[in-house]
Amino acid sequence: MVAVSALLALPILVVLSFVLQPASDVWRHLFETVLTDYVINSLLLMVGVGVGTLLLGVGSAWLTTQYQFPGRDTLIWALLLPLSMPAYITAYTYTGMLDYAGPLQYQLREWFEWSYGDYWFPEVRSLPGAMAVLSFVLYPYVYLLSRAAFLEQSVSMTDASRLLGCTAWQSFRRVALPMARPAIIAGLSLALMETLADYGTVQYFGVDTFTTGIFRTWFGLGDSSAAAQLASVLLGFIFLLIVLERWSRKRARYHHVGIRSQPFHVQFLTGWRAAAAISACALPLMLGFVLPTAQLLLWAYRTADQMIDPEFYRLIRNSITLAAGAATLAVFIALLIAYGKRLSPNKVVVSAARVAGMGYAIPGTVIAVGVMLSLAWLDNNIDFWFRNQFGISTGLLFSGTLFALVFAYMVRFLAVSLQTVESGLAKIKESMDDAARSLGYRPKEVLRRVHIPIMRGSLLTAGLIVFVDILKELPATLILRPFNFNTLAVRAFELASDERLADSAIPAIAIVLVGLLPVILLSRAIARSRTTTYVDRTNGNI
Amino acid sequence: MVMKILKILGLGLGGMVLAVSVGYAQEVNLYSARKEALIKPLLDEFSQKTGIKVNLVTGKADALLKRLETEGANTPADVLITVDAGRLHRAKIAELLQPVSSDVLQESVPASYRDPDNYWFGLSLRARPIMYAIGKLDPSTLTSYEELAEPRWKGKICVRSSSNIYNQSLVASMIVAIGEQQTEQWARALVANLARPPKGGDRDQIRAAAAGQCTIAIANTYYLARMATSKKGQRAREVAGKIGIIWPNQKGRGTHINVSGAGVTKFAKHKDNAIKLLEFLVGGEAQRLYADSNHEYPVKAGMEPSEILKQWGTFEGDSVNLSLLGKYNSTAVKLMDRAGWR
Repeated sequence: MVAVSALLALPILVVLSFVLQPASDVWRHLFETVLTDYVINSLLLMVGVGVGTLLLGVGSAWLTTQYQFPGRDTLIWALLLPLSMPAYITAYTYTGMLDYAGPLQYQLREWFEWSYGDYWFPEVRSLPGAMAVLSFVLYPYVYLLSRAAFLEQSVSMTDASRLLGCTAWQSFRRVALPMARPAIIAGLSLALMETLADYGTVQYFGVDTFTTGIFRTWFGLGDSSAAAQLASVLLGFIFLLIVLERWSRKRARYHHVGIRSQPFHVQFLTGWRAAAAISACALPLMLGFVLPTAQLLLWAYRTADQMIDPEFYRLIRNSITLAAGAATLAVFIALLIAYGKRLSPNKVVVSAARVAGMGYAIPGTVIAVGVMLSLAWLDNNIDFWFRNQFGISTGLLFSGTLFALVFAYMVRFLAVSLQTVESGLAKIKESMDDAARSLGYRPKEVLRRVHIPIMRGSLLTAGLIVFVDILKELPATLILRPFNFNTLAVRAFELASDERLADSAIPAIAIVLVGLLPVILLSRAIARSRTTTYVDRTNGNI
Repeated sequence: MVMKILKILGLGLGGMVLAVSVGYAQEVNLYSARKEALIKPLLDEFSQKTGIKVNLVTGKADALLKRLETEGANTPADVLITVDAGRLHRAKIAELLQPVSSDVLQESVPASYRDPDNYWFGLSLRARPIMYAIGKLDPSTLTSYEELAEPRWKGKICVRSSSNIYNQSLVASMIVAIGEQQTEQWARALVANLARPPKGGDRDQIRAAAAGQCTIAIANTYYLARMATSKKGQRAREVAGKIGIIWPNQKGRGTHINVSGAGVTKFAKHKDNAIKLLEFLVGGEAQRLYADSNHEYPVKAGMEPSEILKQWGTFEGDSVNLSLLGKYNSTAVKLMDRAGWR
């Protein structure tokens, strides 16, 4: 286990190690010219996406847990759908719809006989545009985790607050929200880390962020060590945020002492209140899923006959197998690390897991470079050793294989699986372990017979988020994949970056469709864990 | 159950690894920055003719360079294809390529479109002229890139971000022609003339010009050609119909051109096959396909471009040695940073 977590931290450490190299004059150039803008843009983007995802995510989570209104049961799972949209694809569709040269503005000009400069229209490809698009696709992380937290809050808490004279709003703001804080922060941090790692959207929108700076330094200036140093600065910043968050809630503890013995009360809404709740929950769904998908379908309709061929089905198969395999492995490793930590907190494991967990905020290409350097070093050393000992060359054993790719996914998405699995595990009281151990079970059996059944919901959640993430993942897949191996994301990206948006719509839709399946599974699992598993298990019926 | 799933998936992944790595008697391994959709038809044609299987990984040029570099002497790659000369030059400097002596390549590719030491060879030419909205500008009044800096074009020019290699190469070519200081002044003035902050790709600039957001766009010709010949995109054809082309600097150094090109890697395991592939790619048949399917100018002397390109007339291309574009690439990027060309 120590080995596994150390291995996963290795690529990140490789990237960090570039800090030790002497700074080149590229740094001075960056300071003098563009770095300030990059930093300011990144910070503004984070604030914007933070506010956006919180409003959309927490708002819809609260409404769907506390109230009953027509369409709620559908919305509960439909709200997760934007999760399956790659951000840059959403960015393309919105540009396609709303850009100056796009159909909407074109029509407006035709109708009113306007020309350029006669009217005002919000510019899609701008910083606010990027904030909006990223919020639309990333809010499900906040929604997913805060909804789970709201569901777990004991009814007695809300009741007590209402008895003490709180209005519904006050009870939400003063009791439910603070209680759900760790979960909301966890969701928010996933969203923000993805925001920082995003390259496709901001680059297309012409917003220069820190990440575009990393690529400009690498690709434009040809200085990959300065680029790695910039990435390390990004890592430092993430680390600082994590430390700050932990410090700010140091003394607060978030146990739910009571057992939820009564079924959850939901309030029925009717009339305009129901209408308001429906619109509030349908809005994020419309913006994050329905509109972009509609645009994609429109494009796909025109190109379907050219784009669907036998090769296309192979892409689907590759994508599914790869994502499913890697996601299962990710959950397995997360479980291993989390359970190991629970049995005996080992400093190496804890810090290695934390280092690897930061991988989520690093642009995939930078992770890929870390993976390439680590594996090439390993390969070349093995090769060297074999040649010396036996006179045979082993060549590259890992580099350029699917192993390299899966390894990169583990590094990049460990944060997601580990966070979800850990929070699931933390909810199981230690006394449960003790009881099982006293019945003579070995730790492995305790995990298999007690923990895994109880936290099935969390494990599924972790696996499915990682599945969808890998399905969408682009930069690492692009550069680490073996010969003749394509996925849907690669195909969609290649066509889109060749400015053939309409042609890219078919593979993009396939990503969405394949991603839909687990999203629906996921929501069903959550629903089940709430109604049956949770209540039964916590009542001790194991 | 978890273990069962793991086992099944393990088998699946293992199977995929095997399927991918099945060896052929004759093969050549290719790292290509050229997109699969564009290069695959050519490669299939090559395999059919020669019986040599081509294994392909596509990606961004710099990432592929990094992969070559980290894999070192054990790299499986035999050939590297990029879509600009700058990256090939970078690969040569990083000692990732090897010189190739081939009469076919020497004869087919004119000297200015290949490396002086034969480390890499151009495969197709891409011109980056000035485009304008027909009717809004008298094309005879604008004859050079340099004139784009004149105040009369204030608020009239659309161009994409300086992060793009095409702009970097254009600016590098100007550094070679008129020096760094002059080019920086030019870039500043150009930025002051922009109709909007740079965003989107080349097609976006063309569309913006057609829609009236600007009068002038700088873009590669094959984007316009693809729009003009788009089978199903009626809107794209309409847009392209509103755009005219100015071939700048015809009285001087010529219009800026870049190449997509290829080189054989330093540690190629299938060197002979690699050279065969290169020779095929500059051959008449492949050049025809390049020209007709993607509307790039053939690199092979005496080959005709596609129909639509012929309509746009002939022009004099900048004959600067293309490896200089690679040499001045980072100077160009820094210069554009200073000029505020985002």
